[in-house]
Amino acid sequence: MAEPALSIRGLTKVYGNGFQALKGIDLDVAEGDFFALLGPNGAGKSTTLGVVCSLVQKTDGRVTIFGIDIDRDFARAKYHLGVVPQEFNFNQFEKVLDIVLAQAGYYGMPRREALPRAEQLLRDLGLWDKRNGSARMLSGGMKRRLMIARALMHRPRLLILDEPTAGVDIELRRSMWEYMRRINREEGTTIILTTHYLEEAESLCRNVAIINHGEIIRNTSVRELLAELDTETFLLDLARPVKQLPVIEGFEVRQVDGAQLAVVVHRGQRMNDIFTALGEQGIEVVSMRNRANRLEEMFVSMVEQGNSDKAAADEAEARA
Amino acid sequence: MTPTQTAIALWTLVHKEIKRFTRIWPQTLLPPSITMTMYFIIFGSLIGSRIGAMDGFNYMDFIVPGLIMMAVITNSYSNVASSFFSNKFQRSIEEMMVSPMPNWVILCGFVLGGMARGLGVGLIVTIVSLFFTRLSVAHPLLTLGVVVLTAALFSIGGFINALLGKKFDDISIVPTFILTPLTYLGGVFYSISLLPNFWQGVSMLNPILYMVNVFRYGFLGVSDIPVGWALAAIVAFIVVLFTIALWMLEHGKGIRS
Repeated sequence: MAEPALSIRGLTKVYGNGFQALKGIDLDVAEGDFFALLGPNGAGKSTTLGVVCSLVQKTDGRVTIFGIDIDRDFARAKYHLGVVPQEFNFNQFEKVLDIVLAQAGYYGMPRREALPRAEQLLRDLGLWDKRNGSARMLSGGMKRRLMIARALMHRPRLLILDEPTAGVDIELRRSMWEYMRRINREEGTTIILTTHYLEEAESLCRNVAIINHGEIIRNTSVRELLAELDTETFLLDLARPVKQLPVIEGFEVRQVDGAQLAVVVHRGQRMNDIFTALGEQGIEVVSMRNRANRLEEMFVSMVEQGNSDKAAADEAEARA
Repeated sequence: MTPTQTAIALWTLVHKEIKRFTRIWPQTLLPPSITMTMYFIIFGSLIGSRIGAMDGFNYMDFIVPGLIMMAVITNSYSNVASSFFSNKFQRSIEEMMVSPMPNWVILCGFVLGGMARGLGVGLIVTIVSLFFTRLSVAHPLLTLGVVVLTAALFSIGGFINALLGKKFDDISIVPTFILTPLTYLGGVFYSISLLPNFWQGVSMLNPILYMVNVFRYGFLGVSDIPVGWALAAIVAFIVVLFTIALWMLEHGKGIRS
């Protein structure tokens, strides 16, 4: 059986101030997967990835990258790893081409190999025209793409993308999604993604782990996770404003504004019943959409549940 | 990494460092050249002509080796301190940390970059000095060896300073309050034989005195202190500081959380 691209066992991180960021997490990411690591701010996502990339020192636990234990041979493990961090971390005063070539050099890639590779990546990511310009002159989206190009220079088998599309406009975000899909599909690069855009995770990823308070609270496929979704909220735009909130038997209805209703639909309920009931009350619906994407609803409910469980546990501990 | 890959990684870093300080030459190469020219004019020509001989040499000839060494020390140190700290500040040090490049290569890359600037500025100052005096070198190999070792020592010092530094002020404290006074009191402008016995003893605790004196011995053939002892001290300092810097890198001091 093939070694997983990433395997984490009992990973613990306690910072110098005593804060326990990771509480013994276990995680496996299969080779070729497009994997989402989700969680609210401060949940432990970046700490986990920081340990994998050697930017954070773990307190305890074992991490292997394609079967290579990072405690035994981190240098060999790093060859398989490409990292796109959350924050810009290149010298803003260097030229774009110099940044990607230097990265290749750090991996021991000769310049004769690095130059065509850099050209290919910068062209693919729409940065070739900017190659001789200083990195600080790039827009935010271009800087993100520069970090992706830099991370791919040495052809990593595992690419870690820590919020790669933060602050990127929707059009550019979608072109970056397409690029990531392509390298995952055509080159077989395993991708681990953290993002706050859950639509991104739903659209791109096959498997997902949700981390909260330093613990993995769910690790499954996106499909299975969505199948568990009990409710969805739909927004209905009405042809004319209604003065009184309509009643639809069996459904929870809220008025968003005069001409818009929010209807909570449980699994098994039929949309036709909504339209029939509204029609009988003389209300005409002109358009309809999800209030939020489905994964987001699931994520919010799981994190809220986790938070309330933790609060209850803390309270019980305080009483004890 | 294979030896070839390691060599490529090291050259990449050294080349990048050299490119950095040559790109900003008005900040890195020009100011020390102008400052040293002022020293030559004021201390060497104007005041020096009234001072007379020092250790049997005219004053200009006496101060030239010290001034070259002063330029090498300050530039080696400040190059690595500012470059590595900038990398920390901009987080571009992460580019190196996530790569398979061994820590000793990172350390050597920055140190060699610092040495290149220190020796480059030293060469410029030497060329400038030729406008004021005729330099003769009594022991060329020793002169070269000492200046290279000194550049290495202070580059490593700058690296440790940058690792420990948390803000830009932290990397200017050591050059301003430690290096500059020690250099001025390290026999650049005078022979310690002019000092009372007590202050001669105190001066012997100043490591820069040894470097300046051995370097001057290389040029003029005279030194206030035993040359072999001074060379051994410089090498010992290099070994100790290199080990400390490497240990700090291995343990992520100042760069890993």
